[in-house]
Amino acid sequence: MTALGLKTNPTSAPHTARRADVPVYLDYQSTTPCDPRVVEAMLPWFTEKFGNPHSRNHQYGWEAEEAVELARAQVAAIIGADAKEIIFTSGATESNNLAIRGVAMFLKDRRNHIVTVSTEHKCVLDTCRHLEQEGFSVTYLPVAHNGLIDLAELEAAITDKTAIVSVMGVNNEIGVIQPLAEIGALCRAKGAYFHSDCAQAVGKIPLDVNAMNIDLMSISGHKIYGPKGIGALYIRRRPRVRLVPMIHGGGQERGMRSGTLATPLCVGLGLACALSQAEMATESKRLLGLRTRLLGGLQQRLPEIYVNGDMDHRVPGNLNISFAFVEGEGLMMGVKGLAVSSGSACTSASLEPSYVLRALGLNAEMAHTSLRFGFGRFSTDEDISYAIDHIVTAVEHLRSLSPLWEMHQEGIDVSSVQWAEH
Amino acid sequence: MAYSDKVIDHYEHPRNVGSLDKEDGNVGTGLVGAPACGDVMKLQIKVSADGIIEDAKFKTFGCGSAIASSSLVTEWVKGKTLDEAGQIKNTDIAQELALPPVKIHCSVLAEDAIKAAIADYKRKAGKDDSAAAE
Repeated sequence: MTALGLKTNPTSAPHTARRADVPVYLDYQSTTPCDPRVVEAMLPWFTEKFGNPHSRNHQYGWEAEEAVELARAQVAAIIGADAKEIIFTSGATESNNLAIRGVAMFLKDRRNHIVTVSTEHKCVLDTCRHLEQEGFSVTYLPVAHNGLIDLAELEAAITDKTAIVSVMGVNNEIGVIQPLAEIGALCRAKGAYFHSDCAQAVGKIPLDVNAMNIDLMSISGHKIYGPKGIGALYIRRRPRVRLVPMIHGGGQERGMRSGTLATPLCVGLGLACALSQAEMATESKRLLGLRTRLLGGLQQRLPEIYVNGDMDHRVPGNLNISFAFVEGEGLMMGVKGLAVSSGSACTSASLEPSYVLRALGLNAEMAHTSLRFGFGRFSTDEDISYAIDHIVTAVEHLRSLSPLWEMHQEGIDVSSVQWAEH
Repeated sequence: MAYSDKVIDHYEHPRNVGSLDKEDGNVGTGLVGAPACGDVMKLQIKVSADGIIEDAKFKTFGCGSAIASSSLVTEWVKGKTLDEAGQIKNTDIAQELALPPVKIHCSVLAEDAIKAAIADYKRKAGKDDSAAAE
């Protein structure tokens, strides 16, 4: 039993039942399966313990409130915060919207500038775009080829009009870890609030809102083996961060996010945080082993493959690789035994490849050849062996079909050819 | 997105993959698309003395629909005259493969590839349309 009254056993994370009829899941940055321990903990709160956690008059309400407050403490613990600084939301998208818009709107008469990064998640970038239309100016910092921001550029961008700086902890496409402590120190010195979208960072890397001077932090449930439909926002109390709420109503969550809390989802998020915190060290080591084997296995058998994003400042459960001369969507079709994502956007309505990979300075051609591999708690050695064989076969097949590979083999520099853009 | 059975068949068993000697006077080569756009097709035809396409080869960098479109047209052009091959329309390709709207550009590219290969052959043989018109 831990201090939070939990049974956790770091060495025996249960495996989800393997389904024979579906691809091997290597898309853990997209979402994760709910841990069976989490599901089990949630179940009573749907049925016999269904009370409204805001009901003050009877036991149904009291026990639900107690469960929600335990969950709040569990969320706070994984980031070194106080439980009073956590509010529950519907997910990281809402948290990001509330953090950025809420602070910007509160400070709008005094500060009208926002700093963020070109590789942020769309829900951060789109929130900033809307604030631009409402009169804010936004600085979108570039990233270096490894995906990391330049601290000197950040320092230069922050002015006495800057309300908030929003920099993600871990990138969802390339898994790189931004230097949060250094960013936090800069923001604190310059008097701007620091918000970090940590949907991909919580449970993957150690986080401490005080050591890192983070004022607001967005957290997601379904990225850490918790349920979908819940997240949290950390909002610092000392010095107090104030924001304008987006959802009005009964004044729950200290008036910052009205609406009845979903007790089962809160319980699930709380336990998901506690499990991730308890198992982080061993799990990181194990995932790093899987990643090293995957990359090594591919590099050994395939020439002309390139990792996108920094390899040192990176979470262990992510790899993003460009397979030169092979188009990503065609490759995904070839690796149909694997569930992965492609940086080629031929799958979407627009034909633009990943804006994150483009921001690294990758040309469109290389961005089109990329796949993202995400692995986690339920990934096994066998999954990785299968993935290596499957990918190698598909890439070799597609290269045998590729006119670009043929030109490369003949010594022609594909980038020097005059292509007719269409 | 779900691919049609015909796209999957061409993707998994592409017909006429390979290259013909592009220096051969009887071979026309079409290279269309751009790597930056995620599609490049190389289509080659070998034309007999009596003007019939007797062989066709392709290589394609692109999604499954692009590979299938180019594989399909190599089957279609074989045995046709240049004029007949030049009549192949992207809509025929899209219909045969049941391409969804977002993949229509793959069939357009395949039509362009045939036209480019025919034009290259005619240019090499000194029979391009502009010369013929004079």
